[in-house]
Amino acid sequence: MSTLPGPAAHPGAAFAAAAHVRVRLPAQLRVLAGAPAEVTVPVEGLVTQRAVLDALERSHPVLRGTVRDRATAVRRAFIRFFVEETDLSDAAPDDPLPPAVAEGAEPFVIVGAMAGG
Amino acid sequence: MSSVRLLVGTRKGGFVLTSDGQRRSWQVDGPFFAGWEIYHMDASPVLPDRIYASQSNGWFGQVMQRSDDGGKTWSAVGNDFSYRGAVGMHPWYDGSSKPWQFTRIWHVEPDRGDPDVVYAGAQDAALFRSADGGESWEELTALRQHATASGWQPGAGGLCLHTILLEPSAPGRIVVAISAAGVFRSDDGGQSWHPANKGLMSGGVLPDPDAEVGHCVHKIALHSSKPDVLFMQKHWDVMRSDDGGGWWREISGNLPSDFGFAITVNSHEPETVYVVPIKSDSEHYPPEGKLRVYRSRTGGDEWEPLTDGLPQQHCYVDVLRDSMAVDTLEPCGVYFGTTGGQVYVSADAGDTWAAAVRDLPAVLSVEAQTLP
Repeated sequence: MSTLPGPAAHPGAAFAAAAHVRVRLPAQLRVLAGAPAEVTVPVEGLVTQRAVLDALERSHPVLRGTVRDRATAVRRAFIRFFVEETDLSDAAPDDPLPPAVAEGAEPFVIVGAMAGG
Repeated sequence: MSSVRLLVGTRKGGFVLTSDGQRRSWQVDGPFFAGWEIYHMDASPVLPDRIYASQSNGWFGQVMQRSDDGGKTWSAVGNDFSYRGAVGMHPWYDGSSKPWQFTRIWHVEPDRGDPDVVYAGAQDAALFRSADGGESWEELTALRQHATASGWQPGAGGLCLHTILLEPSAPGRIVVAISAAGVFRSDDGGQSWHPANKGLMSGGVLPDPDAEVGHCVHKIALHSSKPDVLFMQKHWDVMRSDDGGGWWREISGNLPSDFGFAITVNSHEPETVYVVPIKSDSEHYPPEGKLRVYRSRTGGDEWEPLTDGLPQQHCYVDVLRDSMAVDTLEPCGVYFGTTGGQVYVSADAGDTWAAAVRDLPAVLSVEAQTLP
């Protein structure tokens, strides 16, 4: 069992040996996964969008294909990613996420776009 | 005593309706997968409590669900519907070319003999097969890689494979229909395909009267005692083939409109066919605001309206392609769902009708199971 690295151990760093990342799910994916609004997933190494989503899909396999395309791993068109109110949807998937995500201070937020139907 | 279970897919979830053999009183369970589009649900003929449900929406893509207890509980199974090999391009509405892109599963078709085998029809058009109860899927690539595929244009609902006909009496035969490419038939279990559209005329959109593909076939139905006789509701025209799709002839006869989506065949009378005429391709509701099922007892050409119990004024709902089904009781039960959320039931082969439920979300599909 890995431990959550605190800010004192890695001040300002997005890289951690094993971070416990909080991920906030939209309502429909909570129901699908049988999960609460926020789940915590272990992320080894650099905490990036790809690493967080890989960890999420490992811990909740039913979510494979619902956030990213199964074949291309590209973000689905009506899905957005936010951290600390900043839209990171179009950030490179292998860029480090803000340190607050790796530190567990802020969740990685998955949002379904507002749309009718 | 026999009973009937209806599997109803809607725009906002799936429902399971059950009744005894009288088919007068219905228990409604659901919504399952609330908020998601359930394009189709269907059950294994040899393991009736095994039901598949295609769950999708525009935000979160495709999920496939399976129940092994008749719809009481569900588990997500495999949703990797990746195209195999070169993806290829097809024409888009504006004439440009667009790469094949998976959107959803329109239709699931459990095998007639093996409860672990199930087929799935996709948008963009492709046929997938699972041999492990839906846990994993493999594309039967010869269809999407057919020589004509680079010319397949989407219908208004997308380039969707919506009909899969399997026939145990003709081993290896698979007939599929794609909007708006047409009918394709395989006689070797999906390893090779040929178009089966001769006789179809689509003059409004295809100037070439002999066009091999490009026909907007809405649905095909058959009776298992006559697997070579196929009935088709096309975009316009109701058609019939007596040689497994080798040649089609029009049987629209005296229908008030030959546009429509759904078509089915009486389970005891292979020449008794049902359609629901819709006014036109731009006015997706019944002619004159009267919801009428039309029945032919002569295999087409001569049709009678069935109206008893159906609204005969101010009715402007649609009946979509997978929304009509029959049971195998005697007399044959006929069922259809509407975009207004009604599921209508006839326990007497269409003579009289009653709503089993009235206010569901828009109905996308109805399948009927006859249970011992």
